[in-house]
Amino acid sequence: MSTVNIKGITKVFPNGVRALDNLDLEIKDGEFFALLGPSGCGKTTLLRTLGGLESATDGHILIDGNDVTRTSAGDRNVAMVFQDYALYPHMNVKENIQYPLKIRKYPKDECERRVNMAAKALSIENLLDRKPGQISGGQQQRVAVARAMATTPNLYLFDEPLSNLDARLRLEARSFLKQLQRELGVTTILVTHDQSEALALADRMAVMELGKIRQVGSPVEFFHRPANLFVASFIGSTPMNLLEGVVQGKDLKIGEAKFALPAHVSKEVSTGAKIIMGVRPEYVSVSKSSGSGVFSGKVKITENLGTHYLVLIDADGNVVRGTVPDGSEPSIGEVIHFKPDPERTLFYDTKSGELI
Amino acid sequence: MEKSASERITSALFVVIVSLFFLLPIAWLFLAPFDGQPTYRLKLSDPSLNNFREMSQNPYAYRSLLNSAIFSAGTGLVIILIGAPAAYVLSRVKFKGRDVFLYFLLLFSSVVSGSAAMVPLFLLALRFNILDTYHGVIFILAGGLLPAAIFILKDFTDSLPRSYEESAKIFGASSFRILKDIVAPVIRPGLAVIFVWAFVQSWGNFLIPFIIIRDINKQPAAVMMYSFYTEAGDAVIRTVAAFGLLYTIPVLLMYFYVNRKYGFRFYGGIKG
Repeated sequence: MSTVNIKGITKVFPNGVRALDNLDLEIKDGEFFALLGPSGCGKTTLLRTLGGLESATDGHILIDGNDVTRTSAGDRNVAMVFQDYALYPHMNVKENIQYPLKIRKYPKDECERRVNMAAKALSIENLLDRKPGQISGGQQQRVAVARAMATTPNLYLFDEPLSNLDARLRLEARSFLKQLQRELGVTTILVTHDQSEALALADRMAVMELGKIRQVGSPVEFFHRPANLFVASFIGSTPMNLLEGVVQGKDLKIGEAKFALPAHVSKEVSTGAKIIMGVRPEYVSVSKSSGSGVFSGKVKITENLGTHYLVLIDADGNVVRGTVPDGSEPSIGEVIHFKPDPERTLFYDTKSGELI
Repeated sequence: MEKSASERITSALFVVIVSLFFLLPIAWLFLAPFDGQPTYRLKLSDPSLNNFREMSQNPYAYRSLLNSAIFSAGTGLVIILIGAPAAYVLSRVKFKGRDVFLYFLLLFSSVVSGSAAMVPLFLLALRFNILDTYHGVIFILAGGLLPAAIFILKDFTDSLPRSYEESAKIFGASSFRILKDIVAPVIRPGLAVIFVWAFVQSWGNFLIPFIIIRDINKQPAAVMMYSFYTEAGDAVIRTVAAFGLLYTIPVLLMYFYVNRKYGFRFYGGIKG
């Protein structure tokens, strides 16, 4: 029920660190939006600026078209779930959920009604009398979400809410969060450094690096068409193959292997230019014959990924990763041929790192 | 290397002797008040409560204990009311030279109520017209203890996760509300420890009330004890013993209470 417009937001800390550098971002109504990036990229600062915990040095934040850049945190009607959940240890679960309602001076029966509603939605009704110290991490997270929910905010801000949970619980909590967000339909912004979390949860996402947004798009776009080398190397559970070659006419030569460049690439580059070919291991498969468009080399390492094997070959000094179905994996030292899917192959400018 | 038997015996003996040296006066404190003919010896030859009866006849004895309680509780309260907000600010606001400032505070704290500052303190009290008043003593005692109290309380506040306050802020709580609803309850063990510490320090302080207080009706127990002497200058052991015990008990009780409820510690670390 809220759109968020970020216009030229800049945050410079007193020590001179430029955490946010002239960012523009638009988040649509009801969207689950993920901010992804390595630590120190400014994603948490952006979230805190949206919440009003940091004041922007420059630029504007609009929620539903209203400029809230200088509005205090309490008047923005946003709710934030912190990484450590920030449950007050001296209050029980019920008092924790009730606390924001009490601050906003809701009448007693309204408080009661909202606590019960939130507790029911998150199935924590049986925990209401417990102290946060007496419940598990997963339950604490639910309480934190319930507390945020009870205030019926326009916008949810999640700061790495899953990172304190163990691996199994995290998957459970992830599906749960997604389902909850769908049901509530409230615009949600999630900060994470875990790309699988972002890809799984988000309708759209942004990858940040050094205070700048490097790409905005849907998870599918991120996976299939990373806009630059940074995003290409950051997204994907197995790293993307990024191999540098030299342009020769309408071909790209990488070591001994030759690849035909698509028309939209070959018209942008000239012979002798160095560009980088990027292709995900998932789109590199074994080919029976050698020749054009194929890497050949000895198998160096094979890793079992369950249904597939990740196979690394040494093609004239370049390491190329590909996937082989379970059961037909090659043995170490064997010479095999890897054919990248031309449809899934991307080309990047070596200097700028941008997609051609 | 394993210690030889003789070495172990020597060290054990040493520990026993040192412990006895410190334990004997404490044993005397608990035995002598109930001995009809107390001396400086450790004995209970003639058990009676006569010492207490005799002490009660001193018109100022109980009154002085009450005065001590007023001074100590007052000092404790002033320390909490001023120290807690100060510690909170010092913990949350970073400014240049903050740590140096804190160490200087701690370093000079002993000077304020130390004997070196007695003359200036007396003159100040005279100018401010707080000689011979309860609040005069309380302010001077609190002034001396505040730096150390702020230093310790800051440590407690440092261990309070910032996200507690930030989440309350997003919910719309005012700074005062956050302090009252979140910060104070969570650091309550720290506040209790500091209160008791300030209480005990003031309870045992002799010099400040001795200088500031003129009226015998306002004298605290520590100063009162000084008057249990004969004209020849010998201590009246019967009264001193009985009064000494009464003087000790409140402090002991307070210590046990806080220790039981919160655990006595001078560092932060709050678990959820």
